[in-house]
Parts: sequence; structure tokens; C-alpha cells
Amino acid sequence: MSRVLEVTNLRKRFGGIAAVDGVSFHVDEGEILGIIGPNGCGKSTTFNCILGQLTPTEGEVRLDGRNVTGMRPSELNRLGVSRTFQLLQVFPQLSVRENLILAGQEHKGTMLSRLFGPPDAGLGATADQMIGFFKLGPLADAPAGGLSYGQQKLLDAAMAFMAGPRLVLLDEPAGGVNLTMLADLKERLRAINREQGATFVVIEHNMEFVMSLCTRVVVMAEGKILAEGSPAKVRSDPAVIEAYLGH
Amino acid sequence: MTRAQRLFAIAFGAAVIAALVFAPLSLNRYGLYILSLWSVMSIAAIGLNLTLGYAGQVSLAQGAFVGIGAYAAAIVTTNGLPLGLGIVVAIALCFVVGWLLGYPALRVQHHYLAFVTLAFSTLAFLVFRNEEWLTKGIYGISDIPRPNLFGLSTTKPLPFYYLCLFALGTVTLAFWRLVRSPWGRAFMALRENPVRALSLGVDTRRYTLMAFAIGSALGGLSGALYAPLVEFVDPTPFTLSLSLNLLMMVIVGGSGFFFGPYLGAMIAVLLPEWLRFTQGYYLIIYAVLVMALLIYSPTGILGILDRALRDRNAKAASALRAAAKASLPEEAAR
Repeated sequence: MSRVLEVTNLRKRFGGIAAVDGVSFHVDEGEILGIIGPNGCGKSTTFNCILGQLTPTEGEVRLDGRNVTGMRPSELNRLGVSRTFQLLQVFPQLSVRENLILAGQEHKGTMLSRLFGPPDAGLGATADQMIGFFKLGPLADAPAGGLSYGQQKLLDAAMAFMAGPRLVLLDEPAGGVNLTMLADLKERLRAINREQGATFVVIEHNMEFVMSLCTRVVVMAEGKILAEGSPAKVRSDPAVIEAYLGH
Repeated sequence: MTRAQRLFAIAFGAAVIAALVFAPLSLNRYGLYILSLWSVMSIAAIGLNLTLGYAGQVSLAQGAFVGIGAYAAAIVTTNGLPLGLGIVVAIALCFVVGWLLGYPALRVQHHYLAFVTLAFSTLAFLVFRNEEWLTKGIYGISDIPRPNLFGLSTTKPLPFYYLCLFALGTVTLAFWRLVRSPWGRAFMALRENPVRALSLGVDTRRYTLMAFAIGSALGGLSGALYAPLVEFVDPTPFTLSLSLNLLMMVIVGGSGFFFGPYLGAMIAVLLPEWLRFTQGYYLIIYAVLVMALLIYSPTGILGILDRALRDRNAKAASALRAAAKASLPEEAAR
């Protein structure tokens, strides 16, 4: 199994505070890695450093063995890394279908072919497939801003898969999503993981979701890695119970 | 849009085009000048609508690009070269300068960006006024010739109006294509959420610069037609007030709406004529009308239409849902 992502000794300081303080972990192809930990422990900052939204103070991020530390988010995305956001980040005035096409179009062709080529960049069919897959059918032409919170979360996730990514970082995909939709979402993620061989890293507070979806879990606390291992092993780790899970 | 609405839109569009082509046949010289001015200003406003309305980048420099285009065309044509070349020079020059003006937008946004572009506008005006070797300073460039097209002279107002209308039509088709292409989608993504756009692989830097460059190039085209329209170019029309006027056209018409600039330019060019009978009060009435409009509908005139249409369609959709529910009692009972 090849190593998709390798983070070595990642550090991010904001003034005197080290939000991420020497974090190292790796993700292998086809894995679903969970990152859990109390609020403010540096999970999202770790994501932002990996994705180039923040420049790490120290440390190294490697994608398929290639050093991508500090690379611009748009370039990383074109290398096959996509993400979802903790807070809603869809384009409210574009329709659901337009949102999806946008999410894939920059992976197709060149600037010139995007100007003179077909308006949907040849992604119309893929978008409709994704709409069906995430059960957004009746809403395809509605402005994304008019969707319910849970539906927007699904759209956000669907957008992350439009370009057939190699690695997807999901920041709290389950937050604010109702139970039925959550089961749907989990099933979809598993299917994409299995069928397209996409590798996932998931930040999540919903323990049931993490423990049943992830193949391996990393626990963070105060900017450091506290524990790592299978869901069962992590769940029974006394240090993790002390810091996060509670008795 | 429903089928009936689409049919109505097509019929309405055909009527407008017919009116623009045939109505001028009965207009006098001044009426033709006003209509030509509307076409020319519409082109500049369409450019600003791309930068501001679609891509969300504030610019107070569109008037300066009209000026650059006007001077470029004036200098080229008074040296005995054809207007076609003047138009190419104007577009190319404004594209490059607009691209460069886009760089500050990569660092600052909103009112800070407005200030940067405002400074550029002032700078351009100073160049027009002071670089006498090029622009003839405050005396301006006179006797700008109108072109001959396929052996037909456009010196008379009517043929020149058709030239302006043809330019506007070409810009309209190209712009329609542009905003529907992936580029248009990327521009809107830039406006709505640049951080998310970046995470989807959208090179926000390149698209921001492109939005400025293309918008400015349309300003240049507008200027290159303005020069032979008035046949005289001096610095005064290209002060900051033209930039503000173009900004107002875009916002009053409906920023980010395809047809907003046409409507905005119509109001900015024609309303002063309609209000002429009020004599000195015209500016006051104009200002009050604009303020009232923006309080009632901050998204401009087309914003009102858009809201009404959306309400209607939402009502129709909910009626359909209710009917579907009523016909499926077991579904409703669940």
C-alpha cells in the first residue's frame, strides 16, 4: 500500500501560541483516517496547514512522496487533494448543478479550452450523476443558498468528489446533519472510498460516526498527538478517555 | 423560467432589437447622438459589470479606461490610420493596463480597492491633461474622422449609430458566451467565496486579473467609439465623475445581472433628457430617484424584477407540491 499523505513534525504558531505543536502522521491509500480531539486542539489548523490555506511555521507535508509544504490551495487541489469545510461553504447564488460543475471544471483542459469549450466543461453528466448519488435530484436547478443546512452539507461533500480526488479532507461532515441524512452520508462516503479508491481524512466530533467509518484514528490534544490506532484501541486508551471521551 | 416566461422574454427581446434597428430612422440628429451614446456607454458599463457585478471587484477606474480608449483611437485615426486599428490598440492597451491594475486587487478588497482604483483614475486624468506631446493637453484632439466601412461613410449620424449598435450587439453575444462559460462560473465563485473557490482548484489570482483586464478592455472599446462619436477628445469627460457615473449605471440597472448595464446606461443617458423640462432641478430629482431606488431595491431595477419572478415561481412550485400531496393521500399521511 502506498503512502498518500505524510505529515512530519508539523508546527503552526500564532504569536506565542502553538496551535499545532509537532504533529506527525501518515495516511495510506484507501484508508479512512479519523482525527478527533477536544475543541481548540488544532485539528482544523492541521487541515489548513496541509491544504496550504495556512503556511506551517515548521514541518513538512508530503503528497505521494512529493513535498507540497506551503503550496497554494488551488495547485494542491489540481494535484488531487480536495476538502470540505467545517462551516458551510457552497456558492449560494449558483444552482446545485453549477456548484458541482464549478468544483470540477478547473481540472479539465486549459484556461483557453474553458473559455471556448462547452459551458458545462463536459461535466454535466458527472454532475447529474453526483446529484443522483447524493439524492439532491429535485434541487438540481435551485440556488444552493435555498437548500436546508443538511442538504448544503451533502452538496459540500459532493463538490469535494467532483474531480475524482485522490485524497479528501473532510472537516466535521456530520455537524448539524440529521440522523437519516447522516446514515446516508456515511454510506456514500464508504461507497466512494471502496469504488473510487479515494483516501479520506475526517475530523469529527460524532464518535459513533468516526468509530464506525474510520479504519484508523488519531487523537489530538493541545496541538499534539495523544494516541493513534484502531477505533477500538483508541476508545479504550486511558489517556484518551481522560482528555476527551470522558468516563 | 417557465415556458411562458421564456416565450415572453424572446418576444420582448425581438421587439427591443427591432426598435433599436428601425426606430432611429425617424429620429433627428440629436436623438441619434443620444442613442449612439447609450450604445457606447452600455459597452463600458458591461465591462464594469464583469469586474464588479460578476467577479465582485470594486473599480472606480472604468471612466479612465474609456479615456485611454478614446485617446488611443483619436491618436491613431488623426494620424491617418483606420479606426479598426484604433479599436485594436485601445482594446489591447486597456487589457494590459487593466491586468496591471488588477494586481492591487490580489492584496486589498472592497473600499481599499476602491481607493487604489480611484488613485489610478486621477493618475490617468493627469496624464491626459499634462502629457501634451501625446494628448495635446487641455486643447484636446479635434477633427477625429469617422470611418468608411465597405465604401460607406459613417460621417452621418445614422450610419455611425448602426456602427455603435453593431459593436454593442457583438459585445452582447460575446459577453453572453463568456458569463455562461466556465470562466463566468469562476468569476462568480470569486465574488461569492474566494477561499472556497481556491480549494476547488480555481486559480483566483489569474481570474481576478482576467476580470480586470476584460472589463477594462471593454472600457477601451467604448472609448474608441466615443472619440469618433463626439469627434473631439479632451480630458474633461474622463474625470472621476465618469467612473462614478458608470458605477451608478451598473448598480442602478442591477449589478451582476446580464441586462443591468443596458438599463442603467439608458437611465443615465436618457433620464437627463426626459427631466430637461425641470431645468435646474434635474440633478436634484435624478439624485432623489436614484436614492429612492437603492433604498427600495439595493440590487437595482433588475433586482426588483428578479424578486417578483422568484416569488411567482416559488408560489407556483409550492402549489404544485400541494397538488402532488393531495393526489397522494397515503404519502401525505406518512
